[in-house]
Amino acid sequence: MGYQAQTVEAPVAVAAKRKPRERKNRDALWGYGFLMPQLLGLLLFSIIPLLSVFYLSMASWDGLGPITFVGLDNFIAQLQSSDLHIALLNTLFYTIIAVPGGLFFALLIALGLNNVRGKTVYRVLYFMPFITGSVAVGVIWSFLLNTDFGLFNSLLRSVFHAKGVGWLTDPRFVIPSIALVGIWQGLGFNMIILLAGLQGIPVSYSEAARMDGANKFQLFWNVTLPMLTPTIFFCTVISILSSFQVFDLTFILTGGGPGKDSYTMVYHIYHLGFETSTFGPASAAAVILFAILLAITAVQFRLQKRWVNYDV
Amino acid sequence: MLQEAVDTRTVKESAQAETARKKPSEIASTVTLHLILIIGAIIMVVPFVWMVLTSLMTTAQAFAVPPSFIPNPLMWVNYPESFNALPFNLAYMNSAIVALSVTVFQLITCAMAAYAFARIQFPGREIIFFVFLATMMIPFQLTIIPIFLTMKQIGLLDTLLSLILPPALFSAFGVFLLRQFILGLPLELEEAAIVDGANRWTIFWQIILPLLRAPLAALGIFTFIGQWNDFFRPLIMLNTPSNFTVPLMLNQFRGQYATQWTLVMAGSVIAVLPLLIVYILAQRHIIRGIAMTGLKA
Repeated sequence: MGYQAQTVEAPVAVAAKRKPRERKNRDALWGYGFLMPQLLGLLLFSIIPLLSVFYLSMASWDGLGPITFVGLDNFIAQLQSSDLHIALLNTLFYTIIAVPGGLFFALLIALGLNNVRGKTVYRVLYFMPFITGSVAVGVIWSFLLNTDFGLFNSLLRSVFHAKGVGWLTDPRFVIPSIALVGIWQGLGFNMIILLAGLQGIPVSYSEAARMDGANKFQLFWNVTLPMLTPTIFFCTVISILSSFQVFDLTFILTGGGPGKDSYTMVYHIYHLGFETSTFGPASAAAVILFAILLAITAVQFRLQKRWVNYDV
Repeated sequence: MLQEAVDTRTVKESAQAETARKKPSEIASTVTLHLILIIGAIIMVVPFVWMVLTSLMTTAQAFAVPPSFIPNPLMWVNYPESFNALPFNLAYMNSAIVALSVTVFQLITCAMAAYAFARIQFPGREIIFFVFLATMMIPFQLTIIPIFLTMKQIGLLDTLLSLILPPALFSAFGVFLLRQFILGLPLELEEAAIVDGANRWTIFWQIILPLLRAPLAALGIFTFIGQWNDFFRPLIMLNTPSNFTVPLMLNQFRGQYATQWTLVMAGSVIAVLPLLIVYILAQRHIIRGIAMTGLKA
């Protein structure tokens, strides 16, 4: 992408130099004109809200009365709040299951599809949950995982004569269950991206390796996987970001329960801001989440040098 | 001559022997591969099938242990009952209004900004573009709190406009995606048009936009699906059921009919059907579009 920018921009610069100044000024006006709607949007819906949320995070406000400035009180209170600790741990637990699990299955399926005829039908089916939307997915799975009459427990009872599991009601199972649904829903997206990455690997590489007598496993381990690491890296970054922001599934499947056993970070922000109208603490929690996401992403970009292969 | 014939025969035979030797193992690996993929596909599809089957059952049958799979009698009546229990027709309309208008405005404004960044020289271009890129790192949960409070203050809360305005006017991702494509386009057409005295607007509208058809379709699909399925923003912005979008209506429905699972499943079918039909019909374009937007990001 970078090289495109350079090669294509150069002729524009040359052309611009040749033009008289008046023409250049008029062109700049055109530039701002074309940019105007998005620039307005950038200010109204990103820059100003960003500044406001930092201010709000140091204020006390219920959205109606006067705003009072409280300094770092909200941050101190949040960092000491047991709710935030619970939310953070639950979010981490969810991420630890959902991200590696999701990537593993997506990679497995993508590799399978890459070597098979009739991938269209498979692709359509694997991608269906992504299209469905998380509310409907949550509603369907809350029925499947229902302790008393869900399909899972009915089968467990009638086939294995087991007691059945409190998938969404047992504190030990609730996060893994939600992560399972998250993996099921996100599989198609990662699979499509990985499949596109796989198809971007030049055939000449694998042919050369085969000529040298590499078997299928060696081919995968020494050629395909290294060539795919940029795509895997991209999927990892996106998956971690989105699993740290998990909300819809927990809201629909459990409402954060039982107790607070599936209460996640975004749920915490939602609860503070939009359920109890304490916008100061909500903003502080959101800023904390932002800081965590920034740190995680920075670490990932640091670590990528060790395992991501860009010498294509 | 004879020697040669013998030679070719042996070569042929050994080749045949090789394919014969290879074939069973290759067939076996293909079969295992398909087996794994089919099991995976079943796991993907079973929840949908179970949703449809349950939506056609009586409550007693839905709760039966061991589970029975074939609805008997077929309770088609669950559908009109669900559809009429809450204003799902209004929800379809609201979702369509939000998703369509966001998509159309976002495509136009993003393409315009992308064209400015890619082709026009103006002071501050690099800095402004860098700010656009930087905002992609901001999670929307951070900015949604002030946006919500602003909507409340200017009286747009509980209107569809509160959902439409922010994504219609701002998508750093869309601007970035389209800019990349414009940078990849050859300059000759535009230069010829400039020589002919065409202004920037004509060039944008008649030359650039038609060339952007593929990335615009991809971005449009991505935006439309995202907007149609969005839950968090409608959840905080809307209060009145007649303003609800489809996911919000389904959530409401689930809350009101919590124990009547046959109706809830019928409601789920009602909620997912429109988009799934579009998906099945246009799956090739949709999947390619998602792959395109995903890879460019």
